[in-house]
Amino acid sequence: MEKTMKLTLKVWRQEPGQNGKFQTYEAPGISEDMSFLEMLDVVNERLIEEGTPPIVFESDCREGICGTCNLMIDGQAHGPEKATATCQLHMRKYNDGDHITIEPWRAASFPIIRDLAVDRSALDAIQEAGGYITAPTGSASDANLTPVPKEAADSAMDAAACIGCGACVAACPNSAAQLFTSAKVMHMNLLPQGQAERWKRTENMVETMEEYFGSCTNHGECHEACPKEISLDFIALMNKDYVKSKIKNRKLSGQN
Amino acid sequence: MAQALSKPGGTKRPAPLRKPVKALPFPLSLGQTAIGKKWLMALTGLGLIGFVVAHMVGNLHVYEGPAVLAEYAETLRTLGAGLFPRGAILWVMRLGLIAMFGIHIWAAVTLNAMNVKASPTSYAGGRDYIAASFASRTMRWTGPIILLYVLFHLADLTWGWWLGDKFVHGDPYHNLDASMSRIPVLIIYIVANVALAIHIFHGAWSMFQSLGINNPKYNMARRGLAAGLAGLILVGNLSFPILSAAGLTDEDNRKCDPYAENVLECLEEQLVEEH
Repeated sequence: MEKTMKLTLKVWRQEPGQNGKFQTYEAPGISEDMSFLEMLDVVNERLIEEGTPPIVFESDCREGICGTCNLMIDGQAHGPEKATATCQLHMRKYNDGDHITIEPWRAASFPIIRDLAVDRSALDAIQEAGGYITAPTGSASDANLTPVPKEAADSAMDAAACIGCGACVAACPNSAAQLFTSAKVMHMNLLPQGQAERWKRTENMVETMEEYFGSCTNHGECHEACPKEISLDFIALMNKDYVKSKIKNRKLSGQN
Repeated sequence: MAQALSKPGGTKRPAPLRKPVKALPFPLSLGQTAIGKKWLMALTGLGLIGFVVAHMVGNLHVYEGPAVLAEYAETLRTLGAGLFPRGAILWVMRLGLIAMFGIHIWAAVTLNAMNVKASPTSYAGGRDYIAASFASRTMRWTGPIILLYVLFHLADLTWGWWLGDKFVHGDPYHNLDASMSRIPVLIIYIVANVALAIHIFHGAWSMFQSLGINNPKYNMARRGLAAGLAGLILVGNLSFPILSAAGLTDEDNRKCDPYAENVLECLEEQLVEEH
């Protein structure tokens, strides 16, 4: 027989332009095979039947790759399971009778839209400031035309795993977006294809980041919260590239 | 990444917390950005750690007795004696220290203001810390404790404000003994040096990150290096007040009366005898 459980949820409810507060909801009949978001879907169905506005939260792919879901669950971004987005957190992590507190992510540049949904478009501003390379379009070039050392390809891929969910900002006591920005800067800076814009990219993306977010104090909370386990090493590498970008004679940046 | 909410012409982006500023020429431009300030903080922190270590190593002369310690103090004042006036090099080093302190504190205060502005709301339901250590979360408290302690330490053993008649200029061995025989002062020294070690434990590791000193070949050693450095400084610096209060520096160990007119000459004679 399928095991079901009864949970008590403390959920942040907030209307646009008003102050929010926690509301408590009972969630009976929750299967341990449900994901956290499916559990919220079940709660919402009952709220709709009762005529109460459903809890607003964000989700899209529900397979941990789009970076849309974003919940602060019991004081941890994306909940208690390491290297897992909220959508991949399953109710088997919980026991019958558990109390769960669900809050939106908090940062000055993540204003709350409604309930648990926050506006993360400040991250887009960082990306737009330099998260691109210049590549010829038209007919596809030959594969492996540009040699890339295996180690460099691997570490660029580790940085490129960032799904831009903003958990790093949510988990940071300073609301710094260092981990996100360093992943977006370094996955290009580490590859030969990213070298042409390297210094301009680092400078522009870092300075845009600093317009919206706090500064890094090296707590390491972002890495623990990250569903893709982006390494703090990228922050160090970005710091190095940023200071270099201030000194670099860019007339020589065509040289190796 | 958050595509659904930022369609062109869709929801308006939140306003930036800071406006971009006109960039100053190179070294000054570092002071305009958070990463640049962290870089300055790391470099000045490194310099200050260098001072703390040198200060501790120099103070180890206390274990060689009053005459050697007085000679060490005199050596500091006469550094570069053949070329520069007495005390000149010492003052250059002091001014460098003051500048490093100033930059370090200025960066900390301005970065803290930036962080407070960026995170105005705390989690109403509380939050869990997983990676952040006690040291990293208390930097903003251990820092001011160290600043107040440095001022206290200068007033106590450099200017001799509270020792009054007991303060003998040029006889640090006696001054240490006189100062540590007061229990509240002893407690201040112990608390402040624990705070210093905690500050350095996070600061030394943080420095590698801020400067971008990162290589898989030695990354695993960085935490250990910070812990070892903090431990070394803790043990060395705590040994002075504790052993002094325990009687190591009491007056039995000295031949010269600290309150006599000729104490400095007497210490010099003792030094010659010991050699």
